[in-house]
Formats: sequence, structure tokens, C-alpha cells
Amino acid sequence: MRNTLAIWQREMKSYFVSPIAYVVLTVFLFLSGFFFYSILTAVIQSTMMQSQFGPGSQPVDVPGIVSRSFFGTTSVVLLFMIPMLTMGLFAEEKRRGTIELLLTSPVSIFQAMMGKYLASLTFLVLMFLASGITFSSLFIFGHPEWKTILGGYFGLFLYGCALLALGLFISTLTENQIVSVVITFGTILVLWLIESFSSGATGVAKDVLDYLSVIGHLDDFIKGVIDTSHIIYYVTFALMGLFLTYRSLESMRWKS
Amino acid sequence: MIEVEHLTKVYNGRKAVDDISFKVERGEILGFLGPNGAGKTTTMRILTCYMPATDGTARVAGYDVFEDSLEVRKRIGYLPENPPLYHEMSVYSYLDFVAKIKGTPSSKRKSHIDDVMQKTSIGDVRGRVIGKLSKGYKQRVGVAQALLNNPEVLVLDEPTIGLDPKQIFEVRSLIKNLAGDHTVILSTHILPEVSMTCNRVVIINNGKVVAMDTPEGLANQQKGAERIAMLVDGPVDAVREKLSAVDGVMSVTPEGSNGSPSRLTVECKLNTDLRRILAATVVNQGWGLLELRGISASLEDVFINLITKE
Repeated sequence: MRNTLAIWQREMKSYFVSPIAYVVLTVFLFLSGFFFYSILTAVIQSTMMQSQFGPGSQPVDVPGIVSRSFFGTTSVVLLFMIPMLTMGLFAEEKRRGTIELLLTSPVSIFQAMMGKYLASLTFLVLMFLASGITFSSLFIFGHPEWKTILGGYFGLFLYGCALLALGLFISTLTENQIVSVVITFGTILVLWLIESFSSGATGVAKDVLDYLSVIGHLDDFIKGVIDTSHIIYYVTFALMGLFLTYRSLESMRWKS
Repeated sequence: MIEVEHLTKVYNGRKAVDDISFKVERGEILGFLGPNGAGKTTTMRILTCYMPATDGTARVAGYDVFEDSLEVRKRIGYLPENPPLYHEMSVYSYLDFVAKIKGTPSSKRKSHIDDVMQKTSIGDVRGRVIGKLSKGYKQRVGVAQALLNNPEVLVLDEPTIGLDPKQIFEVRSLIKNLAGDHTVILSTHILPEVSMTCNRVVIINNGKVVAMDTPEGLANQQKGAERIAMLVDGPVDAVREKLSAVDGVMSVTPEGSNGSPSRLTVECKLNTDLRRILAATVVNQGWGLLELRGISASLEDVFINLITKE
């Protein structure tokens, strides 16, 4: 536990002394702020148009629509950001030779892995907290359903857990950060695009492709529905990533 | 303290380490000598549990490096060939991190780090970022890291590489002072380093142990004969004839031109000291004895001899 904490702490420090943390946070906040703004104006415009048809039209849940589309776009932005958080975790240790320190000190592979994984998760939560600032404006000017928003964040968090574990694994495979980031991004992109392939498929193939799609499982969370099958999907995904990371680190000893 | 038995490591079908066995007693400094690629680093990596051996066993402080890896790692301080430094960290926070993962209790951590920084004289850069330090400082931060948590066994892979002569001297005397409390294995290909710091030397080549002895023992073992250099003012041929007649002299070889004074190398039987007799012989003939000294085989000769034997 203490070892995990020490590694977590070092990893957090190293995020914030390198430009990566600031670049990722800035770009993420800029994009999410920009999308929030454009979604909001689009929704308001359409409700204004609707109200021109007369007082008889259906009332519109503006905050609900805004938050739903906001979570949708955020999940895509995260697709680009998450590989940046994991690219260096093990690749950099391998390049610098510090992996030799980690593996010869009285720290187990599991502790080292968890320290790094938890650091990347912590950073993700920081990103969520920062993006919460834009959300607060909805609470100032309206009465959004806070449970739905929390559900959306919970879904994004699980989605992040899964992708970070995948990125962590890929980071153990190379000593080059660029290679690590590109492969992670490519893999995530494939898992995302599976959804579009599924529209052409039929029967069991369609069910399987739909199930594999990493973003499809988010939809229910964003609507405020918490379904255990989606939780299981993301948790299994994350555990799989961690298992592969563990195995990859173990085999490094035998190969190197 | 360290027992290595029939250790073998195979890389891609090539034997990097081939059936190595040796022992290191508590408090000893063992020098690992060999050309690049001889298997020094591989042996050290096996001892520090960084990689497993293909065959054979290694025990540190009674614990097997494969079975009780964690116990071994608690007792070893290791400086790899490239010091394992996080370049974005400051010297102090780096050492603090290493002390933490090595399990130094938090109450002792600060004083312990200060102590290690003083030993390696890096106190003046404690707040500096490691990536901006010179090579010599980086190397010393690496040594400091290995000393943390007061390990029983220190494994140092080329500890003086990249240091200037003054720092090399400091690190060597540091290592010498560590002996006694610590058991040290250090690898190097700088020969004087071994004769200066180590109690015992293991010379390895192509993954095999080719010699193991004290530095003096090795030098003697290889000599085969006592050699004496002389500079005599007299006719070369006559001098040669007279000296060869002395009992115990095996050969007399003149060096360089036949001018006067003449320089000669005299080889005598092992464990005899003929310097007095040789001097008397020359003086009795009325020649001038300008120089007379024993030549001891250097470790360098031994090394080259052993390595190029095959």
C-alpha cells in the first residue's frame, strides 16, 4: 500500500512538472467549453424557433438536452486525451532505465502497476472536476436533474477506467512514447468505430459488434440509466487491461 | 554473503553467462573484471533479481534470488550501468522517492538522505533538477540512491564511469570505506581501480570465469619469472656473458641499440632476489651500474594475457 502510494505520488508530480498535464487540461477544457457553448446556443435557438409556432408547443428540457449532448462530445474528446495520459507511464521508465530501479527495489509488480494506474485515474477525475465548472452555469440559470449529470460522469469515469487500463498495457510494450500514444489511439479508435460497422451487420454479428463498441455502452449512463451490464462491460475491460499489463511486466524480466 | 553456483544465462541461443560460480564473504569488495560484453552486467542483473537465470542458483544473504526475490531486493543496493534517474525530479525528491520504495521508515528518512548526500558529496545540488546536472553529479546521485536504506550488499555496475579524476578518487575511497559493513560487488574495465579498491578479483571473458584471486595473487600467478631491468655502463656482450653466468639467471636480453650504457632485462627463477648478486657482479668488473630495479607484472599484463589466451 505504501509503495503504491509512493509511486502514485511520484507519477502525479511528474505529470505536473512536465508540460503534458497542462497541455491536456487546457485542450480538454477549451474543447469541452467550446462544445458546451455551441450546444447551448443551438438548443436555445431551436427552442426559440419552436416557441414562435405558438404557446401550445411542448416544453423543452433545455438543461437535459445540453448535458446529454455535452457528455456525448466529451466522450469523443476523451478518446484523444486518454492516450496522452498513459503513453509515458511505462514507456518512459523503459527508455530512461528507471524500470531497473523499480524492478530491483522491494516493490511488487502489482504495486508498481497500481500506483501508475491510480495516478492516471486521479488525473482523469481532475479533468472531470475542471469541466464541472462549465456545468455549474446550468445550475445557475436552470434546474437540471443533478442525478442524471452524476450518472453521466459515472459512465465517463468507467469508460476512462477501461481506456486507461488499455493505454497502460500498450505503454509496457514499447520504450517510445510516440509509438505508445499512436497505438493506443488507434486501438481505441477501432473499438469506437466498431459501432458504425455494426449498422451493416445483421443477427448475432450485429449483437456482438454492438456489445464490443466502447462508446455504445455510454448511452444509457448519459440518459441517466445505470445498467449493471454496462458496468460489467467497463469493469471487465479495465481488469483485462490490468491483467495484460501485469503479464507484460512479468514477461519483461524473462525477455530483456 | 553471496553465493553463485553454476549460473548460466542464455540470450537468443547465445550464452551470455556460462556456468559461473563464485562466493563473496561478508565485508569483502569483489571486483568484476572483463571486456565489454563479457557478461558482467548480466551477472549483476541476475543477482539483483532484475532477470532470472536460465540455470544455476544465486543466493544473497541466504535468500535465493529467484525464490525469495523480495527478501533479496530488500537487502541490495544496485547501481545499474545507466543510473536510473527521473530527470524531471529534484535530487532530494528523487532520493526521497527511492527511500520510500525501499521501505525506509518516514521518521528516519530525512536524516538518512542527508547522510547519503554527504557521503557522495551532492549536498550542494539537493534542490536542482536531475536532468540539468552534469554527468559526474548524475553518476553520484546514482551511487547515493544505491546506498539508501543501508543495504547489506551493494552491486555497482561501473560506478566511476563519467567522473573526473578527483571524483573517481572520492568514489573509490567511499567504496573502500563501505567495505566491512557492506559487501560490495563492483564491475569495471578500469584495471587500476580493481587493484586499488578490491580484495578479490574475478576476471570473466565470454561468460566464463577465467581467473579468481587477490589482485597481487593474480599478478604473481601470471609472472612465471622475476624480471629485473638494468642499465650498465660497459661492453654489451661482455656484460651479457657475465650476468648469464650468475646462478639463478635464466636469460639476459639486451634492449635497444648496442651503444653504451646498455639496457638489459634479466629474467631470474621465481621467488629469488638476485639484485644484490647482480649488482656485485657488475661492480666487480669495474663497469658502472646506473640503474637496477625489479619489474612487477601489472594487472594489465595479467588481464590481456588471460583474455587473449584463447
